[in-house]
Amino acid sequence: MKSITSVVAFFFGSLGLALAAGTTPCFAQTDIHFHTVTGPMEAHIGGLAGHSSDGKTLYRRFCVGCHGASGDGNGENAIWFDPTLGFAKPRDFTLGVFKCRSTPTGALPTDEDLFDAVTRGFVTTNMPEWRSLTNQERANLVAFVKTFSTRWQTDKAGTPIAIPPEPPAKIESILHGRELFQKMECWKCHGSEGRGDGPSAATLTDSKGNPIRPYDFTTGERFKCGVSNHDLYRIFMTGLDGTPMPSFADNIKPEEAWDLVHFLRTLQVSIKTPELGTFRQWVSAHPGQLKPIGQEAPPGK
Amino acid sequence: MRSKSVSLLLPFVGLLAGSVVVVLANPRADSGTIEGKVTYTGTPPKMKPIDMAKEPTCAKEHNPPEMAQNVVTGPGNVLEYVVVYISAGGPPSPTPTQAARYDQKGCMYIPHVLPMQVDQPLQIYTDDPFAHNIHPLPKLNPEWNKSQPPGAPPIETKWSKPEFIEVKCNIHPWMHGYFAVLKTSRYAVTDNNGSFSLKGLPPDKYTVTSWQEQYGTQSQEVTLAAGETKTITFTYKVTPYLY
Repeated sequence: MKSITSVVAFFFGSLGLALAAGTTPCFAQTDIHFHTVTGPMEAHIGGLAGHSSDGKTLYRRFCVGCHGASGDGNGENAIWFDPTLGFAKPRDFTLGVFKCRSTPTGALPTDEDLFDAVTRGFVTTNMPEWRSLTNQERANLVAFVKTFSTRWQTDKAGTPIAIPPEPPAKIESILHGRELFQKMECWKCHGSEGRGDGPSAATLTDSKGNPIRPYDFTTGERFKCGVSNHDLYRIFMTGLDGTPMPSFADNIKPEEAWDLVHFLRTLQVSIKTPELGTFRQWVSAHPGQLKPIGQEAPPGK
Repeated sequence: MRSKSVSLLLPFVGLLAGSVVVVLANPRADSGTIEGKVTYTGTPPKMKPIDMAKEPTCAKEHNPPEMAQNVVTGPGNVLEYVVVYISAGGPPSPTPTQAARYDQKGCMYIPHVLPMQVDQPLQIYTDDPFAHNIHPLPKLNPEWNKSQPPGAPPIETKWSKPEFIEVKCNIHPWMHGYFAVLKTSRYAVTDNNGSFSLKGLPPDKYTVTSWQEQYGTQSQEVTLAAGETKTITFTYKVTPYLY
């Protein structure tokens, strides 16, 4: 009887010790326990194959501080990111929801999309660009990030949306784009001048309930998901999943979407785009011909 | 040997044929009903009036203003918009081909809570003369976010995993509703008397579950004999705070 008690005591004693050890803050990086939900994953970027087993080491070194050991975006630095000041919280990889995609809203991004996101980083957030890592290392990281959500096991990445060739940014295209900006009510969040100060801007929250700001075109800052006209096209046609920015793919025809791209470029007043030049020239030649953008006066007034 | 195996099979075939006959020839005679109310104890949170000033058309349409719908109570301490459904028991219910319909009208979601079965078609309509964005926030199903300008055709979609999905419009942040995606089509949503009724249930042992957006799920076991009607009550302990 006595021996049984001592065995039990020994068992619980060591269990307690194990538990205590588990809750001890991990100062040594090697002690971090990763809560991945899937087995090994691969990522394919062009001809480059990334492996999660190799990505794990890199993640532990470069990503865990913000994105956390379980990939939920609750790394030890995350508390210092204040969304009320415009700093987005680190991405929660367990949801399998990503802003910058070439694929339709609701679909998983391609491996290339994730690779591009890691490479370019997210301007206006604490996510830096990771060009300092080799292509192979970034590919490995993409593979490892995919181990945090079961979505990568059950769903396939979406098919990138088709983008027709860009027509020249003539004034007709810009003016039609301006009509779309009014009709699609982009101004409700982005404001009538694209300053990110529309009537709904102040109440916007991301899918986790954190405040989020609409892009201010006038700053001339990089877009969340790139710099080119193609990137801009993709942003409003796929939407930025996990944020208030919806997809307009159901309601803007692919050829019309270029018109909106051309108009949006005229809002970037601080970087003086060619589209802005064309637009200003037209406006000065046609004074008083443009209706202001924004809430239309109710009928009868 | 052969005759033995056939005779062994016979009772099963008979049983199978018998049950088919019961289901086909007599769908209603033995089916029962589980009905009742959803009530609360405690002090419910006070719902605030919705300020629609940002969308003047809607502010004008809802005068006096609508109240928030997170916890909707009625006389006799009842709760409205509670989904009550069969979570176990009875035969599996086939996926309905008829679409569940969700409406956006006057900056409100109608109904506030829309139950549907997994993989059932879902159509989202807009009646409003301005744009909405429909942004469901699932955890198990894929999250998406689509713009729907005035006059746009309904969004046609479906959900492939059971889940209670919050829906919101980021442009009009007071717009807030739920899709209750269930494994069954045996469900009801409580009305303004807090009442629900689940009809056409064959005799079986059932698990009946209720779900309220603030207070979560509760379950009860109900054994239903042929043609029986049983009355049950779900009672939520409420707090004056929203969380």
